Amino acid sequence: MRKSLKKILQYAFLIAAFVVAVFPFYWMVVGATNSAVEIVKGKITFGNQLGKNFKTLFAEYDVARIFFNSCKVAILTVIGQLIISSMGGYGFELFASKARDKIYGIVMMTMMVPFAALMIPLFRLIVRFNLLDSHLGLILTSLTSVFLIFFFRQSFKSFPKEIIQAARVDGAGEFRIFYSIVVPSMKATYAAAAIYSFMTSWNAYMWPLIVLQSNQKKTMQLLISTMSSAYFPEYGVIMAAILISTLPMIIIFFGLQSYFVQGITGSLKQ
Amino acid sequence: MENTTRLPSQDREKRHISAKNKYGWFFISFPVIILAVFMLYPIISSLFLSTMSSRGMIQKFVGLRNYVKLLKDTVFLQALKNTFIFFIIQVPIMLFLALIIASLLNDKSIKFRGLFRTGIFLPAVTSLVTYALLFKMMFSLDGLINKFLLAIHLISEPIPWLMDPFWAKITVMIAMTWRWTGYNMIFYLSGLQNIPDELYEAAEIDGANKLRQFRFITVPMLKPIILFTAITSTIGTLQLFDEPMSFSSGGVTAATIGPGNSLLTMSVYIYNLCFKYMPNFGYAATVAYVIVILVAILAIIQFKLAGDKR
Repeated sequence: MRKSLKKILQYAFLIAAFVVAVFPFYWMVVGATNSAVEIVKGKITFGNQLGKNFKTLFAEYDVARIFFNSCKVAILTVIGQLIISSMGGYGFELFASKARDKIYGIVMMTMMVPFAALMIPLFRLIVRFNLLDSHLGLILTSLTSVFLIFFFRQSFKSFPKEIIQAARVDGAGEFRIFYSIVVPSMKATYAAAAIYSFMTSWNAYMWPLIVLQSNQKKTMQLLISTMSSAYFPEYGVIMAAILISTLPMIIIFFGLQSYFVQGITGSLKQ
Repeated sequence: MENTTRLPSQDREKRHISAKNKYGWFFISFPVIILAVFMLYPIISSLFLSTMSSRGMIQKFVGLRNYVKLLKDTVFLQALKNTFIFFIIQVPIMLFLALIIASLLNDKSIKFRGLFRTGIFLPAVTSLVTYALLFKMMFSLDGLINKFLLAIHLISEPIPWLMDPFWAKITVMIAMTWRWTGYNMIFYLSGLQNIPDELYEAAEIDGANKLRQFRFITVPMLKPIILFTAITSTIGTLQLFDEPMSFSSGGVTAATIGPGNSLLTMSVYIYNLCFKYMPNFGYAATVAYVIVILVAILAIIQFKLAGDKR
């Protein structure tokens, strides 16, 4: 009897957490099917404005191009971050030495510095390299993620060293060992890192706001923030834009979800 | 060197070590060079700036005077206070909630675990712009939340969520908790999978209830991960910028950040010093370094706390 009461409480708590977490997503989908007036009124059932909202969105803004911009920046950033950060994590873990551990310490400490502090020197740097208002300026500055270096190093800790030793005895070069033995067997780690990396790049707001200036260069986040600061925000249309910008994240997350948990679990083992 | 004759194997080992060294540098060179240009250079450059006072284009060296000036700057002190309120209230609530949800979800007899896990993590994929917008709409005076609370008769008149200094902070804390609880939960859940079930079974046999199991098995076993999430959350909260900026009406150009500057955090103050008032980059850099110092101090305290309980 007491046991079943406990179970009920357990489910009640989880269901409550689930509803709170998911409701805004439901509302976002519903919102895209309603008009601005209906949204403000608090309507939470499906309407029939979906087609109209999307038509207005695509007529008023160059959404296809902006969506492509976001994809381009995010994909190139993910590729760069995965290659460079995983090499870093691998180097720091498997070739640990006193000097390199000191460098690792310094690298980790940079995590404590707020981005607001880097903004001005970084902006000047971008101007000097002539990268203002370019996607390259965004990609280049985020080619390496300190968090991912840490994450990869933690994950490589559990990689069996005997395999690497055996490959060395067989005469394989260090770089070959890395890309043909280590990388393919750490799929879950790379998938988890890819989700993290895509998420931060796709959702970035502050830095793109500073670097990108012309309308054709904008990303989805900048579009949404422009739309919402309009004098008369068209909420239905905004909800449609939000839907488009959130969908890729949800698809990627669902696609790689099982890897994601596995990857994080792997990095926590010691 | 005690051995005068060198064995061939020693030689090979030495060669091996130097090769190892060479490859070690090769692997870390790419990230280190990029970080040196786009991270270390800006950090050092702003450290220099923090000893300067600048009014527009004119700069002059003031040494540590910027740091002294901070102590008498009432706006800075308010930003410091606001930031700490967020840190002291929001971080523990969020981490505790994440820990509870994770341990409930770790129970293998629960049905639909995958569904719960995915749903609760989902907020972590939304962007700041998106969730700030959604929450601002939901928490407006005639928004969904007020309508709901009125309908269930929990309140008799609408709460001025974003118009009152007290409630504005609460709203931002609710939004942040919504966004980050699932994210932290995933770390705990992963950590829990590394705890052998036998520990819980043994505790069950010994007659320890769920609460005691949580207190004496889950928490101690997860200590390194709790420490990790505590430190990343500390860094995140002390650098809090995006949320207050997007939740305050008028955003970048507004006179105050939140009603009565209630959402003004240290990072927002840095932004204001750079872009809103007559730019004083030197003074802004000083505020940034205060954040670095505070994060370092809090991280050390957290390490100590985690160590002592062991």
